Amino acid sequence: MNAVAAMPPKSFEVKPKLDESGTPIGELLEISMGPHHPSTHGVFRMDVVLDGETVVKLKPVFGYLHRNHEKIGENISYLANMPYTDRLDYFCSMTNNWAYALTVEKLAGLAVPERAEYIRVIMAELTRLQNHTCLIGFFLQDMGALGTPMMYAFREREKILDLFESVSGARMMCNYMRFGGVRVDVNDEWIAQAKKVVSDYSKFLDEFGTFLTENEIVLARTQFIGVMSKELAVNASITGPMLRAAGVNYDLRKVDKYGIYGRFNFQVPVGEHGDIYDRYMVRVLEMRESIKILEQALRDIPAGPVMDPKSRLRGFRPKPGEVYGRVEGPKGELGFYLISDGSPNPYRYRVRPPSFVNLTILEDMCLGHRISDAVVILGSVDIVLGEVDR
Amino acid sequence: MEALEQIKARLGAALPLTKLDILPNECPAGERSLLVEPGRAFDVAKFLRDDALLKLDYCSNVTGVDWPEAKIKTKVKKKVVVEGVEKEVEETIETLRSGHLEVVYHLYSMELKHGPVVLRMRTENRADKTHLPSLTPVWRGAEFQEREIFDLYGVVFDGHPDLRRILMWDEFVGHPMRRDYIAPDDFEYEPTPHDEVLVEAKKHYPVEVKAEVKPEVKA
Amino acid sequence: MLGEQIIKGMAVTAKNFFGSYVSKERLTTVQYPEEHLAQKENTRQFPFLVYDGDDWEKGLRCVACQICEKECPPKCIYIVKSKDKKPDYKGQLQVYPATFDIDISVCMSCQICVEVCPFESIKMDTKFELSTADRFGGLLLTKDKLAKSNSYYQKMHPQDAADSDAVIAAEKAKAEAKAKAAAEAKVKAEAEAKAKATAAAATAPVGAPVPTSPPPAAK
Repeated sequence: MNAVAAMPPKSFEVKPKLDESGTPIGELLEISMGPHHPSTHGVFRMDVVLDGETVVKLKPVFGYLHRNHEKIGENISYLANMPYTDRLDYFCSMTNNWAYALTVEKLAGLAVPERAEYIRVIMAELTRLQNHTCLIGFFLQDMGALGTPMMYAFREREKILDLFESVSGARMMCNYMRFGGVRVDVNDEWIAQAKKVVSDYSKFLDEFGTFLTENEIVLARTQFIGVMSKELAVNASITGPMLRAAGVNYDLRKVDKYGIYGRFNFQVPVGEHGDIYDRYMVRVLEMRESIKILEQALRDIPAGPVMDPKSRLRGFRPKPGEVYGRVEGPKGELGFYLISDGSPNPYRYRVRPPSFVNLTILEDMCLGHRISDAVVILGSVDIVLGEVDR
Repeated sequence: MEALEQIKARLGAALPLTKLDILPNECPAGERSLLVEPGRAFDVAKFLRDDALLKLDYCSNVTGVDWPEAKIKTKVKKKVVVEGVEKEVEETIETLRSGHLEVVYHLYSMELKHGPVVLRMRTENRADKTHLPSLTPVWRGAEFQEREIFDLYGVVFDGHPDLRRILMWDEFVGHPMRRDYIAPDDFEYEPTPHDEVLVEAKKHYPVEVKAEVKPEVKA
Repeated sequence: MLGEQIIKGMAVTAKNFFGSYVSKERLTTVQYPEEHLAQKENTRQFPFLVYDGDDWEKGLRCVACQICEKECPPKCIYIVKSKDKKPDYKGQLQVYPATFDIDISVCMSCQICVEVCPFESIKMDTKFELSTADRFGGLLLTKDKLAKSNSYYQKMHPQDAADSDAVIAAEKAKAEAKAKAAAEAKVKAEAEAKAKATAAAATAPVGAPVPTSPPPAAK
């Protein structure tokens, strides 16, 4: 692997093109696609320098939503930090909760009962479904569909959020996982309702696919745009659907087999070209695989307790040590790094956000394309500013 | 994947005169880390990435940790002669840990699907000697994360292509994640202050203390 | 034909649009605030304090243990203990909160206070239309605004209230059983002591004083 190829493009000094006599033709236009923007998925700013309509330099600027979540984590107890993890990637609160609970369980050596593991998998796959659905809605809106597909996506997402609300009490900020299990059990009524939602979802995906899969406008705007090579993706620590679209088969559910993912029969879609279209197709296929996992989990869920009897809510003091735990979130690898020194608060609490690291090669992907493509490329990276800025 | 001792042995053979230590980790997960001296860290990183058995091509996480100066108490069992009888006594030894900043890298392999190998680097002190080599030329994914450590902790990475603040604005002074950082208290207005918060709030904003409202008797 | 897939996409839009006149599934919009969606049973908004019976001050279950204040993540609860005591549902004299403030502009409805409360006294409400024009005190709920009766709790969350009442009933039964056992043991001990005293009086020699202490050694 060539170390030099992995360095960022030297785009600090960009100058306009020169004609034969050496005078510059025209000027370069510098635009700040500022934090208030309908297409930037949150308070995110891109400083773009344009030559006509082509991007010659792009610097992402963020930090507008920085809440110093890691410092809050150092000052409150482990349990009190759980509601703050909901607010990291605010679309996928169940996955954030699971990643944090998994890390603390590794740190303290707690075991999770079977039923709780099945419930965790069900919640995580429902989260993946609703995240990818939302994302396709946003993607089509970024390309100018003015909200109709987004509204259909949100209509289906409400069904999943209703499921979350009936079990944990809140639609988005669920605060549901605990160290050693989940907070409350699900009853049979909920399982029946979940089965119905999952079976209706495939029909919805078929209908939604007609917008996306072979639509000529989408194909023209996304094929061979924003191409990312395999080597660059691995070297730039890209994870999640972006990485798999570039052709690398690395899914934490198959590599780490955390939880009970080893028991489910599902495949991992891997793309070929690494362009935007591949990224969206990977996400669409992942949704279908999630439905498969959900059907298996809802069928096989056993009865039993949902909390480890050894874990305690108050006075939780894990032994000194450090641990790094990670899960496959819908956006990529979400990791938590905890250092404990025996006190009720963590000594160091770090979140490894997938969106933050996936933004590393935004500039590489956008150079040479038009500014309208830059917007769609940003949409395909799938960022949530709560996670990028913490 | 081979054990950390074997990795250390091979690293010592390939890059002699490199100081390497394995740090213990007492929690049940037990991921021990490899402490590398800053001068040779770049070569160690390249070896880990390109070695055929390891192929650690994926740098998952770069973390900064602040260890301020502290007295560490360790309990040690000593044999002491008391009145002619040899007894085992537990003594508390106090060592002074000099303050330093630390950067931790978690490395995995996407090709061989193993990991993690944890790499650590320490600065000399927290005040002026806070330079460490940047591993961005080896793993591009460390670029933004090292910028964040520079922003929030103050570790200067030599060799980083674009080292500037990333989460705080460029003119910000201070490093917020350090343990001794005192947050300025006039950034946010506290709507209902009481106790110490009220004392601080009164310094910046005039606060009217409303007359106490007696709770109404419920019918 | 070029554009065929676009027309198919438009057919889906047309199906949804015209379908919204016909089927309820396609038209999911609710004309808020004239119509409200039915709330789920488990939904949680902001905390409230439960009181038993009719008098909210006498029946308040909270004993000002301050556990919820310590565990609250954004520290929005403020409790001041009272100086006197009042009897709780078990009959024991307990301290009660003189001040119990929750700042709902800070509260994030995480429900941790409910989880850690050992006395079933703080629960989650379902009302969310709490906006007020008073910026500085309107969102600070004091004890009188927070106290709501147990019958209100049973209406809002039937299942949770039933569980909570079962716990309270079990605690009460346990306390009563303990008190009964203690009373019986006391009666038994008194009877035994009386029997022992009468037996000792029967065996003592005539004329000698009834010994209340062990008899002195024989001379």
